Amino acid sequence: MRAAIVLFPGVNRERDAARALRIATGREPEIVWHSEARLPTGIDLVVLPGGFSYGDYLRCGAIAARSPVMDAVRAHAGRGGRVLAICNGFQVACEAGLLPGVLMRNADLHFVCRMQHLRVERTDTPFTTAYDRGQIVQFCVAHGEGNYTADEATIERLEGEGRVALRYCGAEGDPGSGVNPNGSRNHIAGIYSEALNVLGLMPHPENAVDPLTGGTDGLGMFRSLAA
Amino acid sequence: MHARITVTLKAGILDPQGKAIEGALHALGFSAIDSVRQGKMFDVVIATGDRRHAERQLRAACEKLLANLVVEDYAIEILGDIT
Repeated sequence: MRAAIVLFPGVNRERDAARALRIATGREPEIVWHSEARLPTGIDLVVLPGGFSYGDYLRCGAIAARSPVMDAVRAHAGRGGRVLAICNGFQVACEAGLLPGVLMRNADLHFVCRMQHLRVERTDTPFTTAYDRGQIVQFCVAHGEGNYTADEATIERLEGEGRVALRYCGAEGDPGSGVNPNGSRNHIAGIYSEALNVLGLMPHPENAVDPLTGGTDGLGMFRSLAA
Repeated sequence: MHARITVTLKAGILDPQGKAIEGALHALGFSAIDSVRQGKMFDVVIATGDRRHAERQLRAACEKLLANLVVEDYAIEILGDIT
């Protein structure tokens, strides 16, 4: 599997994503600067990493979403290529129209940085084959704007089509407002595109790949992609 | 030509920042203030003398970048020539 990580000014988790990909695939990912008009040939996976692209000016991800490289990323996704959009990358993917909806300010206004349990909703997508259905995993979350929302019809569609990838939950898998870090609709932590080849999520699987720092629950996502 | 663009959250979209500001105003004694919604304002200078052309361009700018139409509305006000 050949991966490319898109670099926008202000992102800061690209090296974590590269490390996770190295561990899972044994290959060095390509780094692609935002002003590039095309991706390297033969790329299977594009990662939009976390951070604060353009200092979160205007709206989180809004300016990065209009970068030249994003036309190439949209074309890649249109061909069925995989896109993993993490945290700020999720915000970029929504702003770029790769995923529906929007990530609003956390309901309690606080930046939240902590370990978070998540329920894996399905395991038949390129991102989750290494997990069990309903498995509870733990990734960290670190964001101020992770409050996923969309219009009623979109939420119904996402739920009806099984496009909720991960949901915030407690240690026993119980969802609820007490364990939702940002007030997102239906405790949504991540969603898929219609063709299930784009995953956007607020939590950080790339930071859960080493037992020394936060466990290895995130490796499953990169191993699934590499399989 | 000088224009002012206002971007506001659509009705019904939760605005936690507006709520926090509203709470702070209540704490300062502004008890008659019922509700606060926060938005954004852009002052734009556009190089055209044609009002309709300016409006068309600014509408496109709002829809492509300045507003996220999932949750935001925009209003364009042409303020006239730059003096």
